[in-house]
Parts: sequence; C-alpha cells; structure tokens
Amino acid sequence: MARRVLDFLSSLRLTVTLLVLGIVLVFLGTLAQEPMGLYLVQERFFKSFFVDAVAMNAAVRKTAHLFALQVAPLPPEAYFARPLIPVFPGGYLVGGLLLANLVAAHVRRFKFAWGKSGIVLTHVGLILLLLGQLLTDLMSRESQMSFREGETRNYSEDFAKHELALVTDVEGGERELVVAVPSTLLKEGGEFRHERVPFTLRVRQLAPNANVRRRAPMVDTNLPPASSQGAGAGFVMLPLPPSLSMDRRDQPAAVVEVEAGGGSLGTWLVAPTLLPQRLPGAAAGWRIELRPTRYYQPFALTLLRTKHEIYRGTTTPKNFESRVELDHPAQGERRVVDIYMNQPLRHGGLTFYQFQMGREQLEAGGRGTSALQVVRNPSWLGPYLGTVLVFGGLMVQFLIHLVAFVGRRSRPSKPSSPSNTPSPRPGTPATSKPAVA
Amino acid sequence: MKPHFLQRWGALLLAVVALAWAGSKLVPPSARRDGLDVAAMGRLPVVFNGRVQPFDSVARNSLLQIRGKQTLREAGSGRTLSAMEWLLELMTQPKAANERRVFRIDHPDLKSLFGLPMLDASDPADDGKHYSFNKLAPNLEKLREQSALAREKADASRDPYEQAVLKLGSAVTLYMRLQSTIHPPNATSFAGQLADYAASIPAGTAAFRARFAGRDFDTNALTRMLDHAQTYLAMHGMEPPLVVPPHHPERERDNWMRMGEALLESSVPVALLRHLINEEQLPDAEASRLIAQAGTVPLHPSLALFARMADAGAKGDATGFNAAVAEYAGTLSPTFSLELSKAAREQVFNRAEPFYSAMVLYMVAFVLAGVFWFTLSEPVRRAAWWLVMAAFVVHTAGLLTRMWLEGRPPVTNLYSSAVFIGWGAAALGLVIERFWRNALGLAVAGLLSFATLIVAHYLAQAGDTMEMMRAVLDTNFWLATHVVIVTLGYASTYVAGFLSLLWVALGVGGRVLTPDLSKSLVRMVYGILCFATLFSFTGTVLGGIWADQSWGRFWGWDPKENGALIIVLWNALILHARWGGMVRERGIHLLSIAGNIVTSWSWFGTNMLGIGLHSYGFTDAAFKGLMAFAGFNLLAMVAGALVHRGPAGARAATA
Repeated sequence: MARRVLDFLSSLRLTVTLLVLGIVLVFLGTLAQEPMGLYLVQERFFKSFFVDAVAMNAAVRKTAHLFALQVAPLPPEAYFARPLIPVFPGGYLVGGLLLANLVAAHVRRFKFAWGKSGIVLTHVGLILLLLGQLLTDLMSRESQMSFREGETRNYSEDFAKHELALVTDVEGGERELVVAVPSTLLKEGGEFRHERVPFTLRVRQLAPNANVRRRAPMVDTNLPPASSQGAGAGFVMLPLPPSLSMDRRDQPAAVVEVEAGGGSLGTWLVAPTLLPQRLPGAAAGWRIELRPTRYYQPFALTLLRTKHEIYRGTTTPKNFESRVELDHPAQGERRVVDIYMNQPLRHGGLTFYQFQMGREQLEAGGRGTSALQVVRNPSWLGPYLGTVLVFGGLMVQFLIHLVAFVGRRSRPSKPSSPSNTPSPRPGTPATSKPAVA
Repeated sequence: MKPHFLQRWGALLLAVVALAWAGSKLVPPSARRDGLDVAAMGRLPVVFNGRVQPFDSVARNSLLQIRGKQTLREAGSGRTLSAMEWLLELMTQPKAANERRVFRIDHPDLKSLFGLPMLDASDPADDGKHYSFNKLAPNLEKLREQSALAREKADASRDPYEQAVLKLGSAVTLYMRLQSTIHPPNATSFAGQLADYAASIPAGTAAFRARFAGRDFDTNALTRMLDHAQTYLAMHGMEPPLVVPPHHPERERDNWMRMGEALLESSVPVALLRHLINEEQLPDAEASRLIAQAGTVPLHPSLALFARMADAGAKGDATGFNAAVAEYAGTLSPTFSLELSKAAREQVFNRAEPFYSAMVLYMVAFVLAGVFWFTLSEPVRRAAWWLVMAAFVVHTAGLLTRMWLEGRPPVTNLYSSAVFIGWGAAALGLVIERFWRNALGLAVAGLLSFATLIVAHYLAQAGDTMEMMRAVLDTNFWLATHVVIVTLGYASTYVAGFLSLLWVALGVGGRVLTPDLSKSLVRMVYGILCFATLFSFTGTVLGGIWADQSWGRFWGWDPKENGALIIVLWNALILHARWGGMVRERGIHLLSIAGNIVTSWSWFGTNMLGIGLHSYGFTDAAFKGLMAFAGFNLLAMVAGALVHRGPAGARAATA
C-alpha cells in the first residue's frame, strides 16, 4: 500500500497533471482579478487549498466576457457569501502536491550520477522556491510609514487592518501609553476593559466598511447623528458593502459607549478619517481613535528631505527619493540614508522601500511628504537562493547535453542524424559559411 | 563558366545586393524642388516627451499618431509631403496646414458626431477617411464632451467607439500642441511681432514694476506688452515641444524652454504671470523677487533665428530659411554638440528604417526556404541563408543604434520587445540552420522575424517608441537582465512553436516531410524547448527579484507575472510529458504549437486585461490579432492531430 502511494506520488504522470492544473489555476486567477480584485483572488485562488464555486464563477464569467459574450459580472456581495464550496484545487494543494511529487521522485529514484546533477540541483532550487513562497505567505507583513519633511516616526501603519486605540500621555507628555484593540476583535455589543484604563468601552454599532460624512442640514434630517458626543454628533455613518478595488480599502467605523463610575459618558463615533477625540470626565486625559494598525519599532526614522524629479516638459516621474535619518539608540546607530526606487533600506529585519511622494501646497513652505513601504519578510533570501540553484542546475544540464551533442557532431557521421538531444549553442549565432552538403 | 559562377557566388551576391539596398536609405534625400532644406531643420534637437530628439522624430511620430502614416499623401493632389515638411507647415502656416486632410477617422459613429459625409462625391479629394482640422473645428466641443465620458470608463471596458473618440481626441490635442511650437498664432510675421514685443518691453516692464510699487504707471505701455504676454502664455499652456535651449547648460542641461516661456522670461515670467491671474500660487517673497526682476533678462538669441526660420519657411524663401537653420545650428555647437549629434543620428536612424528593410528581407528568405523543400536545390538554400544573414545584420545594426540612441538595453517597452523577439528568433534560426542545413531554421527565422517586425510596425503607431522610463523602470541593470532574458524566453518558445507549425504544414501540405526532416524537426523542437525553459524560468524569477528589490514582494500574482509563469509551467509540462513517455513526436509538436498561444497570451493578452503593474501597452486592434493567431494555432493543432499522417516515407510504407 505504502509502496503504491509512493509510486503514485513519485510518478511523472502526477507531475504533468499538476502542471496542467497549475496552468489552469494561474490562468483563471489572472482573469478573476478584474472582477474580484487582487487581494480576494490571492485568498481564494492561490493562498487556499481549493478554489470555491463563487470565485470560479467570477473567473469563468470574465473569460466569457473576454470573448465578447454578454455576461454580467457577479454583484460584489456575492463574493462574500458563505459557505465556500470547493470546485477546483487551489494554490496550496497544487503547490503542496508538486512539492511532495518532487521529493518523492527524488527519494524513490535517487541514484547519483553526474549526468543528472543538473536536474537534482534544479529540483532542490524549485523546492526552495515553493517553500519560500509558502513561508512568505505565512510570515511576511506589509505596512507603510508616511511622514512630512522634518517629522519622525517609530511606527508603520497597516492600512489593511485597523485598531481601536486608547491613548494617554505619560512621563509628562514625553511618551504615550497606548491600549489598542484589533478591529477583528470588535463585535456589536462587545465590551472592553483594561487594568490601566479607568473606563469601560461598549461597542454600540460597527461597520467593516462605511461612509462617514458630515451630517448635511436639510438633506440628512431623517438620519440621526452617529453619536451623542464628540465629532460624531455632527456626522452620519452609512455602512457600505466591502470594497473590491485594488486601490480602495475598506474604511471601518464604529460607535462606542464610554462607561465610567457606573454611569455612561455618552457615545462616540470612531473612524480612520476622524482625528483622535478627547474623552471627558472620569475618562479625562484619554484620547480615542479607530486607526490603521500600528507596528511600533525600537528605532525611528526622520524624513530629512524628499526629491521628486520628473522628465522636463512631461508629468512622467523620473525619480523619487527620500533622505531619512535612522536613529536606533539601543544599537548606538545613527546615520543618514537615501531611499529611492530599487534602492531600499534594510534595517532591523524590515525593508523600507520608496512608495509614494507628495507635496503639501497649502502649508507654509510646501513641505514634501513621503510614504515608505515597510516589509517584514524573514524568508526574503529564499527566492534568491532558489533562483541561483535552479539556474545553475539548468545550465549544468544544458552544458552536459551540449558537450555530448557537439562531441557527436564533430565525429564524422551523417550530419542530419544526431542521435541525442541537440541543443543550440547559447550566445552569438554561428556566422561562418556552412559547407555545401 | 557563368552558371558555375552564379551557383558558387550567387547567394553571396544576393546578400550584398540586399545590404546595399538597405544601406542606400542612409543617403540623404535630394533637396526639395524649391530648395528649402527641410531635412536640415529636421536634424535640429528639441525636447519632447521628456527627451532630446530631432524635429524629424517629433514630425514622424506625431504624423503616425494623427494619420497612421509617416508621410502625407493627399488624394487628388499627387504630391507627397514628408513628415517634416508637414510639421514645418503646421508650425509656420496654420491656415494652409488646417486645410490638410491629416486626421484619419474610421469609425462611422465618430464621423456622424462631426457631421462628416461618408463620402463627399462633389469633392474629388475626399477619400472618406481623412479630414482636415477645419472640418473638425466646429465640433471640437462635442469631441471634448465625448472624450470626458470615455475617460471615466476603465481602460478594458471601453468599446471601439470610445477608443476611437479618445484616439481622435489625443490626435487633435497633439496637433494643437505642435501648432504652438514656434509661431505665435496671431502673427503674420513672427520677426515683425518679435521686434514689436522687444520694443514694448522696456516701457512695459517699467510700468509693470511701478504698478506694483503703487506709483503712477503708463497704462498704454503696460497693455501693449501684456497683449503679447497673454498670447505667449497661451502658447506655453498648450505644452508644445521645448525648442529653446537652456541659458546655462553647464548647470541645467535639461532646462529647455517652450517658445512661449522663453519669450515671457524677458518681460513677465510664466510663474509670475500665472500667480497674478490666480492659476498658481507663489510665496510672496518669490513673487516680489520676480516683479523686481521683470524685464532684466534679455531675449534669448535663438528666438530671432526661429522667427527668421518660420517667416522664411512660410514664404518659401529657401535662401533665408537655409541660412537661418544653419546659423541656429551654428549657435548650438559646440555647447550643445552632444544634443546636435544625437539628434542627427536619430534622424539618420529614422530615415534608414532598418527594421522595415529587415522585415522585407526576412520575408523573401522565407519564400526561398519554402522553394528549397520543393526543389531541394542547395543554391536556393544558400541564397536563403545569406538573405537571413543580411536581414540579421541590418536588424542587429538597427537594434544597436536604438540602444545607442536611448542609452538603454534593447527592450524598454512593448514595441522594442517585438523587435527583440524577432531578433532572437533570427539568431536561434541561424544557429539551428548551422547544425541541420535543411532550411527549417531559415524558414522559422524568416517567418517569425517577419511576423514580429510587422507587430512592431503596428505598435509603433502608438507614438514615440523611445519614450522615457518611469521611475521604477529606470534601471538598466534589471532591464538588461530580467527583461532581456524573459523576452528571449518568448522568442525561443515561439521558435519551437513555429518549427512545429512547419511540421504540420509540411506533413499536411504534401509529401515534402521526409523521415529525415521529420526526425530532425522533433529534435530541434525538443532542444529549443529546453532552451526556452531555461530562459523563461530565469527571466521570470529575475522579475521576482526585481520586484523584491522595488517593493519587497517577490511574487504578487500580477497578470504579467502570471503569464510568464504559465510559459514556464507549459514548457516544463512538455518536457516532463516527454520524459514520462506520455507524448511522442506528434504530441510534442501539438503541445509546442499551443506554446505559441501561451506565449502570445503572456506577451499581449495580459496587457489587455487593463489591470496590474504591466498594463502599459493596451491596444484594441491587437486583441483581434491575438484571437486570430490563437485560432490559427488551434486549427493547426487539429490538422496536426487528424490530417497529418507522419513523414512521407512512413506513409509510403503503410500504403
């Protein structure tokens, strides 16, 4: 039995089948990006064991649309319907089986021969690449650090996640004490207490995506103010369906009630678009806000200056560059670094990439602003190693064949019947005059 | 004696003739009948699209975008205008230029939007496709509205009408931009107007400064100067090419100016003028500084020369025109000799059209290779070999010249990828031919390079093919490694696919496919597929590494990345299926033909989805082409599976 399983796992037939499935999966996952958006596609096609019926439906509809058939795309809500019915193997299943197939084939048939060394090397490299991608999926974290010239940041923000943050000044305003609740833990009716916070929070209303806007006189008369206290008293909160677009993220909003000393202090509207709001009475000294999740670091970056060059007479960007000062007291490090396109800063397990750049026109002097993409990816070296191995392996195999082929060709035999794999010579083409046959 | 000589040297002679033909285009054309040396003006450098280029390139690329051709031949009148002659007219004689039928309109709805007749029988020059600016002018507001509507839609969801609207909209904009390059719109004589403007500056700027100092000022003097200034600001606002060289090339070599801007710097500079009419905000200190400085910068010396060029060009005064052009070129050297020589080189490159010559030669070579299989005449094969060699030499020269002009690796955009795939295919075809000598490599080189150069030809209609690279792409290292290697991966997969197409054609079409030919074909395909796997894999992961360097994301499932991945998987699939004995000769060929579709999807299809990082080359007509090509390959696969009965020898044996 175990033998039969191993036979099956190590067979070339399985390899070919998996390659076919992989091709179909990648193709469908590409097409589904237009209707579903890249993030959802990654979740439902590539970072899952199965593709579900809804995702498959979206991809098939897009394919039909490509061939000018009149098919309407699914309504956005449909993508969030549950349960998910598996209909096709997903990225993790195909990738995992390919990995098993590779390992099994080498375990089962491994006999070292110089003639096969390239193949072995190639496959070890592939294993590294597949594992590397899996590790990246599991461990990498992306966030952004945005600041104006002159500002210092010791945290980056993850705009895909939010947190309800309670902040108070400590050490005479030198530092802040932050108690944060990830928005995924918020539930309508949920209650939060913390030993260092002198009040209780109760979630009255919650929307994963909402339009928060000023309450218009005349127009919004039948929409009540979002909350009794704070900014929300002049705002309305309108829940929205989840956003699918690649460049528009969900903007959550919540209404929370603050309770202290057995009584209610009122309700507050919190949303990422609102500034932090000061709480009164028993909660005095505390500020409340719903903001993109922050990752604090033991070091800080200060944006010294930005450079935004465009090609003369066009709007095409030529270069974005941020000069930052890195200050890491614990390591006694303090230096100035230029971050620009294709030239990131690697520090403390994080990599900082130049991401966006702007300029405030209205503020005095028009200070430049810059956003850095901050990536934590402990397995970043994996793909580099894998690539080197696969490339090396393919080259070795290629050269082995080439030497054999050229060796055979140089022996006096009929020129049109080489008996093994012919491989063209890499590099420059032959230019000498061929002999007349 | 004679036939022997031809057999021996005929093929080589053919190549020499082919090269001489291609080289003959390097010779400058003779001057125009009226003696106006327009080509000399075409050689002058300007800055457009963010790069230094000759007027000639501006003219050719613009006419391509507006009219779809690099020359202007009007129905009715027999004369053909070169792009540069057209541009000169457009820049200096707006009235005459606006009567030229330069706008190509094909979409019937678009014609009815402008109230244009399908075909005006009363007008012998009307061909129902080309229209003058004057014909369109009354309805430009409608075009603007329609363009705004079309722009609101996502790229991929625009229908052909909306695409036609946007294309015409950008053609009209480009036309109007070019019109403001040199000559102010309201001047009968630029030199005359320039003299009047220069005369108005001292009193005008004095009045200007007095006004801001709160003193009495001469209203007439100020108005006289500002009337000019208003015109020049409008000219500058049209964003025409930058024709006036910078004052201080040693510090700011890129700081070329537009004509309007250069005219204004001597009275009220653009930034100040815009600040005063509330179009732009300047800090107060900066505004005061500019007001105090108004009128202190002398007129740029090149303005007078451009005025002479424009006036003489408009009048057809050859002596005056040629002298002004020569004098202006003289003022540029030696300070701008780099720009001068670069522009001159590019003009020669434009004229030589090396890729067009190569395309013709590849086609002839392909035909000769076909003749070989029916005649098995070795001299014919040698002729084909030398023709492909000649085409390859021209192709390589063109590629190297482009790299020299751009200062870039060979592939920078979709256009250059097509040129490079053709080049790679020809190189591979020649290598194959060197080993097998049965004209298969030549046929593939000829056909594939011809086809990709045709594709390049159509892609060039989108405009400047030497456009500047956006910030993230501005890295010669990754362009030279990832892009070049992945493109070679495309080229080799196509070569394998086209060899398999030949297998179908030879096997279905007649008894040409001998067992020998058949055996060598499958070996070639296998060898090339190994090669293709190496290149497509390496190129794809190098792209990942580039992405990791730029964004910290090795793999992002972007459509173009996925397309490249599919090519790698497809090639790996063919190889593994062969090693597992799942496919033999026929199977390998059929799968390798499907590789053509897979590669085309990655090369073009992914750009048509209108999403992702690489959606830079969306072309609507290309979609139909892609579908036709995919359909053709599917048909070939069916034919290969059902009709093809293997090599002729085997058939004879079973018969």
